Amino acid sequence: MTLPNDLLQFFGLLAAVLLLARPLGTFMARVYNGERTFLSPVLAPCESLFYRICGVDRNDEMGWQRYALAMLLFNLVLFLALMGMLLAQPALPFNPQGLPGLSWPLALNTAISFITNTNWQNYSGESTLSYFTQVVGLTVHNFVSAASGMAIVIALIRGFVRRTTDTIGNFWVDLTRSVLYILLPLSLIGAVFLVSQGAIQNFSGYKTAALTQPISYDKPKLNEQGAPMLDQAGKPLTESATAKEVSIPMGPVASQEAIKELGTNGGGFFNANSAHPFENPTPLSNFMQVLFILLIPAALTRTFGVMVGNPRQGRALLGVMLFLFIVAFGVLHASELASTPMLHKLGVAGGNLEGKELRFGLAGTNMFEVATTATSCGAVTAMHDSLTPLGGLVPLSLILLGEIVFGGVGCGLYTMLAFAIIAVFVSGLMIGRTPEYLGKKIEVREMWMSIVIILVAGIVVLILSGIAMITPSAVASMSNPGAHGLTEVLYAMASMANNNGSAFAGLSSNTNFYNLLGALAMLIGRYVPAVAVLAMAGGLAGKKYVPPSLGTLPTDKFPFAFWLTLVILIVGALTFFPALALGPIVEHLSMMGVN
Amino acid sequence: MKELKSAILMCLLFTVLCGGLYPAVVTGLAQTLFPHQANGSLITDANGQAVGSELIGQPFTGPHYFWPRPSATAEFAYNPMASGGSNSGPSNPAFLATVAERVEALRATGVTGPIPADLVLASASGLDPHISLEAAQLQIPRIAKMRNLPEDAVASLVAGHTEGRQLGLLGEPRVNVLLLNRALDSQS
Repeated sequence: MTLPNDLLQFFGLLAAVLLLARPLGTFMARVYNGERTFLSPVLAPCESLFYRICGVDRNDEMGWQRYALAMLLFNLVLFLALMGMLLAQPALPFNPQGLPGLSWPLALNTAISFITNTNWQNYSGESTLSYFTQVVGLTVHNFVSAASGMAIVIALIRGFVRRTTDTIGNFWVDLTRSVLYILLPLSLIGAVFLVSQGAIQNFSGYKTAALTQPISYDKPKLNEQGAPMLDQAGKPLTESATAKEVSIPMGPVASQEAIKELGTNGGGFFNANSAHPFENPTPLSNFMQVLFILLIPAALTRTFGVMVGNPRQGRALLGVMLFLFIVAFGVLHASELASTPMLHKLGVAGGNLEGKELRFGLAGTNMFEVATTATSCGAVTAMHDSLTPLGGLVPLSLILLGEIVFGGVGCGLYTMLAFAIIAVFVSGLMIGRTPEYLGKKIEVREMWMSIVIILVAGIVVLILSGIAMITPSAVASMSNPGAHGLTEVLYAMASMANNNGSAFAGLSSNTNFYNLLGALAMLIGRYVPAVAVLAMAGGLAGKKYVPPSLGTLPTDKFPFAFWLTLVILIVGALTFFPALALGPIVEHLSMMGVN
Repeated sequence: MKELKSAILMCLLFTVLCGGLYPAVVTGLAQTLFPHQANGSLITDANGQAVGSELIGQPFTGPHYFWPRPSATAEFAYNPMASGGSNSGPSNPAFLATVAERVEALRATGVTGPIPADLVLASASGLDPHISLEAAQLQIPRIAKMRNLPEDAVASLVAGHTEGRQLGLLGEPRVNVLLLNRALDSQS
C-alpha cells in the first residue's frame, strides 16, 4: 500500500481517460453530424436497414415536443417489454436453474430501474434472474437507456448550435447512431478483453465443485411451509449441517459487464457486482472498467466543444470535472487509508479493508468507487456501507451534486450545462448585463429549465428520505444503528433519484415501501429533467445568434471554470448540508470521540 | 401514431441486435479464444472433477490450512450462490465485536504484533480468493508445525504462489489461498 504507487495508478487512469476521450469525442461529433467515419463502410448499410424497417426518414427533423414524445414512447415500450419478461420468467427459455418469476413490486422497481439507466437492484442476480432475462432483457436496456441519454444531450447541443429554427434533430437517428457506432463496437472490444482476464461468458448450468475442506455450519431449521422456525425466545432454530460441495454460478457475464460500465448503467450480473471475481477478475480488468465508466462522459465534453465550434468550451467543463474528481479521490483515499480508531485499538493494521477486495488494493478500489458515483454508473467493487464515515460521504456527495463530475452518459453533460447556465446568469446579474452562453441569450425559460434540471432530484431525495424517517417499516429496514442508518436511507433515495444505482446495501430495500417509492423517485429523477432539457433545447434553437462583445463573459477560460466550480459547490452545500451533517458527519465526529 | 410504431419496431430490432447478436458474437469469440476463462477458470482433480475455480475462494478453517479472509456470505462462508459483503458500518458495535473475536482467534494461535487487516475484515464479494503476503507469512509457523514441515519449505511455497502487481503497477501483491492449500496437500 505504498502511496507513490497509488498515485501513479490514479494519475495513470486520468491520463488514459484524457488520451482516449479526445479522439473518441471527435469521432462522436462526426457520427452525430451524419458525416462519414471509418466504421461507415460496415455500419452505414446496417443503419439504413434500421430506418427502413422502422419507417424512419433520417432527414425528418423534429421539434422538441416530438423529440420528447418519441423518447418517452420508446421508454414506455421498453418498460412494458421488460416488466412482462420479469413476470413471465419461468415460461421463457435459457433458465437452466428454473428460477421463478418476480413479485410485481420487485418487477416494477427493476423494470423502471433499468429503463432509467439507474440499475438499482433489490434482488441478487445469481439467485433471481435467468440468462434470458439478463441478456434479452437487461443487456438490451443497458444499451438503449444509455443511448437515450446520449441522444438528449446531443439535442441540447444542437439547440446551442442552430439559429432561429424550431427543430433539434431526429430522436430515432440519434438513438440508432449511439448504439451502432459508439456503444456496440466499444462493448465488443471490452467484453472480449474482460474474458481474457477471467470474466466468464457461457450459457452453461451452474457448476458443482467439491470443497477441498468440507465446512460445517448452522443451518436455519425450516417448517413444512419453508419458513424459518423460532424457539420460545423468538430466536431462529438451527441444526448443524456440512457442506461438501458448492454450486458455482455461470452465465453470459462479460457481454453485460462491458456495456454496464460503458453506458454508466451499473447493474451487476451477480449480487456482489464488480467485486465478484467472475465480473472483475484482476487489477487490470478493474482499471479497464473504471476507464470504461469515465470514457464516454469525458469524450462528450470534446463532442460538445467540436459541435459548438470551439473545443475550449468543452475543455473548460472537463477541467471542472477533473478538479472535483481529484478532490473526491483524495478525500476517499485518505480516509480509507487512515481506517478507524476502533480498528486500530483492536490491533488491526493497514487500511479499512472491510467490504473490499484484496486484488484491487485500496487505490484500485477507491478509483472505482469515485468513478461510479461521479458518473451515474453505480456499479461497485466495494460495499459502500462499510466505508469509513468520511469515505462514505464522498460517493454520497458526488451523487447529490447531481452526478456532473463526468456524469452519466449524456445526463452528466446536460446537468453540467444547466449549472453553466446558472453560473452565467448569476455572473450576468453581478455585472448588470443580459447573460449569454455560446452566443445565445439566457432568459426566463432557460433559467426555469436549468433550475428544474438541477433541483428536481434534490427535492425528491429530501422529501422521500423524510417520509422514510417517519415510516416505521422503512426505518426497520436499516441494518446499522444510529447516524449510519440515516446515511443508508439518504443514500438509497439519492441513488435512485439521481439514477445512480449503487447502495449502502445493508438497507433491506426489497420491501413494498422502497420498491414503490424508489420506482417513483427513479421516474421523476430521469424524465422530468430529460423533458426540461429538450424544452430548453427547443427554445435555444429558436433564438438568434448574439456575437460576443466586450461585455460578454468568456466561458472557455479559467476564471469561468473556477466560478462554475464555486456555483456547483454552493448549490450542493445549500441543498444537502443539513442532511449530511446528521448522517456521515455526526458519525465521523462521534467516532473521533472514541479516542 | 407513427412514433409509437417506430418505438415498437426499434425496441424489437435493438433486442435482436443487442440481446441476440451481440452476446452470441461475444460468446463465440470468448469460447474460441479464451475457453478456460470463459468457463470459470475451473480447477479439476485427477479424475476431471471440478474442485473449484481459481477465482473463487473456499472456506478453510482447519489449522493445517492457510486461512482465507472472513466471508459474510449467507448460510456458510464462501457460498458462491450468495455473493456479497457484511454491509456493516464502521461504528456498528456488533461489527466491532465480530472483529475482536477474529483477532482473539488469531492471537490464540500465537500471533503477536499488528494483525493484517485482510485477515479479520470480510471482503466485498465474500468470495475473495486472495490474502495479502503479510497475512500468509503470519500463518507460516502454524502450518509448518501442524504439518511437520520446515518453515523454509512452507515459506518458499508461499513465495511460489505470490502474484505481484499486474504490469508491475496495478493492484497489490497477493496469495491465492485455494491454490496454495492444494499445493500444500499435494506436498505432504
